[in-house]
Amino acid sequence: MPIEFEAPKPITNAQFVLKTVAEEMMRPKSRYFDEHEHEIPWDYIEFMHSAMKAMGGSSLAPKENGNGKDAEKEKRPPIGYQLIAAQLEALSWGDVGMYHCLPGGGLGAAAVHSAGTADQRVKFLSRFNGDKPTFAAMCITEAGAGSDNSAIRTRAVLDEKTNEWVINGEKIFVTGGDKSFTEYEKLGRGFIVVWASIDPSAKRAGMRAFVVEGGTKGVEVVKLEKKMGIRVSDTAAISLVDARVPFENILGSPTVEKNMAGFKKAMATFDATRPLVAATGVGVARAALDFLKEKLAENGVKIRYGIPRQKLSSIERDVIDMEIMLKSAWLMVIKATWMADNKKPNALEASMSKVKAGDVCTKITQKVVEILGPLGYSREFLAEKWMRDAKITDIYEGTGQINRLVVARQILGYSGAELR
Amino acid sequence: MYSFDPTEEQQMLVDAVNKYAVNDLRPAAREAEENNDLPKKLVSKGWELGLLQASIPESYGGFGERSAVTGALALEEMAFGDLAGTLAVTTPSLFATPILLAGSEEQKKTYLPKIVAGDWSPYTAALIEYAFDFDPNDLKTTATLQGENYILNGEKAFVPFARGAESILVYANLDGQSQAFIVGKEAGGLSVSDEREKLMSLNALPMYRVRLENVKVPVANRLGGAAGHDFEIILASMRIANAATAVGVANAAFEYSMNYAKEREAFGVKIAQKQAIAFMLAEMRTEIEAIRLLTWEAAWKLDQGREDASNEAYLASTGAADMAMMVTDRAVQILGGHGYIREHPVEMWMRNGRGFAMFTGLAIV
Repeated sequence: MPIEFEAPKPITNAQFVLKTVAEEMMRPKSRYFDEHEHEIPWDYIEFMHSAMKAMGGSSLAPKENGNGKDAEKEKRPPIGYQLIAAQLEALSWGDVGMYHCLPGGGLGAAAVHSAGTADQRVKFLSRFNGDKPTFAAMCITEAGAGSDNSAIRTRAVLDEKTNEWVINGEKIFVTGGDKSFTEYEKLGRGFIVVWASIDPSAKRAGMRAFVVEGGTKGVEVVKLEKKMGIRVSDTAAISLVDARVPFENILGSPTVEKNMAGFKKAMATFDATRPLVAATGVGVARAALDFLKEKLAENGVKIRYGIPRQKLSSIERDVIDMEIMLKSAWLMVIKATWMADNKKPNALEASMSKVKAGDVCTKITQKVVEILGPLGYSREFLAEKWMRDAKITDIYEGTGQINRLVVARQILGYSGAELR
Repeated sequence: MYSFDPTEEQQMLVDAVNKYAVNDLRPAAREAEENNDLPKKLVSKGWELGLLQASIPESYGGFGERSAVTGALALEEMAFGDLAGTLAVTTPSLFATPILLAGSEEQKKTYLPKIVAGDWSPYTAALIEYAFDFDPNDLKTTATLQGENYILNGEKAFVPFARGAESILVYANLDGQSQAFIVGKEAGGLSVSDEREKLMSLNALPMYRVRLENVKVPVANRLGGAAGHDFEIILASMRIANAATAVGVANAAFEYSMNYAKEREAFGVKIAQKQAIAFMLAEMRTEIEAIRLLTWEAAWKLDQGREDASNEAYLASTGAADMAMMVTDRAVQILGGHGYIREHPVEMWMRNGRGFAMFTGLAIV
């Protein structure tokens, strides 16, 4: 296919539908849940679950229909990741915190999908098409291990008598950890994916991910963080004390090879998810910029496009610069996901899209609050909330700095040892 | 669908242009800049790549079809070699492409076959004016209708190859609209400065001031004939070209400074192994990619005849000017003192870099 920028129908359809969802189901509740941290937006969750079921269910859950249909689908170029990016962008335009409350598995399911076997996919992912909304979460970060996840101290030891992994450790910053692990009556049974070492002497090569079912004994949500933004999304600290999980819940090989293949495969998850997180940043930024333009128009301020910068007012320059940033960041997301869809190695593009989106969404939301003055700063409107929400995009799923490091290593052809 | 793969033909063209840019343009660039002179053979060789020829249909003597996407790909690649050389090689397009896009049938038949048939020949265009707030949509050069003729008055700046040009496509303000007029070298009242423009860069490209004093242009020589034409597509094509060449120059500076950083040692390691340098490179690469995609999208929209193509082209060009300045500045910074010395090309690219804020009108896709 030649160079083309026509959004495919499924994407424009999704954008159309989700705009309504954002306007009707998210925006009206944005302020309430920002001010009532740790309340769960049940109405929204249940609505989204049934809406998603009606639309064909979780995109990561295994499809039940026969091969015939899939084979037919194969003929068209795949757009799975591009579609998810567009959906997340549209939902984040509504409310990036509430997007995290979207049932369907999130990063936990993505990890199973990319690192698990076919059997594991069926076993762990089918639940997302169940009757009740269901969550899954990813537990990587620890108090002493953030971007440097080789410093993870959580241990998994195989108890050969029972053929179970025994996991000990404490995880923090688990997005959706509470809804994924705690057994709420309104929710289906979820799981958390816990990163632990099966051989600390092997460092990164010994790192594995384990599926830990909701309600597992020895596992406890010990804290829900109070945050600057995305307050509706729960961020849990989870402790694991002699938590036992079946042998087959390990994602990837149970033995430690000398090479880094296992770890690298697990890290490859990020190549798929980074542009998706970037997409959420683009969504918040677009929300803020749209709002700014609306307010400027209400106040009779026109943005004159097409004229030289020397003639533009400061506000016009800012708005035009923000549009350039926003549009180009979105194109980078699309390119990175397009590569993922077409099985092209995209580590560079994925990280670049995250670097760009992290920059763009913090800059835009901050600028919008500045330009709007008291209107921006007031909690009467959502601009100030978006600025608080947006900041997380430049932090989670790899900070802007870690992603710069990944980009730099890619372009320079350096290993982690050569460029620390 | 979204797709980011050039077609096979586009890739072949890009590869051919790359060869020329790297093997011919780049090695000659410094000497050309210092001597204020581009070797004629070099320009002819670039002309033979057939960028313009391939954008003109057979019926007018060419062998292809115009595509802004293809043009953007090719211009980026050529500017990766050298900007002055690129602008020189493609100067005839400044005259021919607007005629192809908006000319009357008669104008196409008169000029296009002639221009593409032979060697590179001096046809050019005059858009830019010497004012700090120059605005292509608000020209100070005027055209007024008097009987069968338009009367042109004003002064144009940065006109490449104006001295000795066969014809110049002059843009002037006609009742508030920017319109182009074909002005032959013999036209009375047309004068080209003796001295070349002296600019911050592009020394190798001969550019001149052009004065128009009551220059008579027959109605038939208004671009598109008596009915005139849509200036927007032409401006959009120029802005896309400006953005594409900016990406090319920025990419040259990025690559050069990256290679340097991988060679240069300090404190026992290559400087690229220092995050201060590595992060600069990461950001340069990221911003280049951002603007490249924006440029492609604008070009694609222009090819598709989308309504928002003009605005996209404006955004791409505006963003490209900032990006190119940032990237080329950092390239000099990474080379440090060596970057400031004219033995390395990065200082030249940095001087180019600032130009994209005002180069719209010097290239077209």
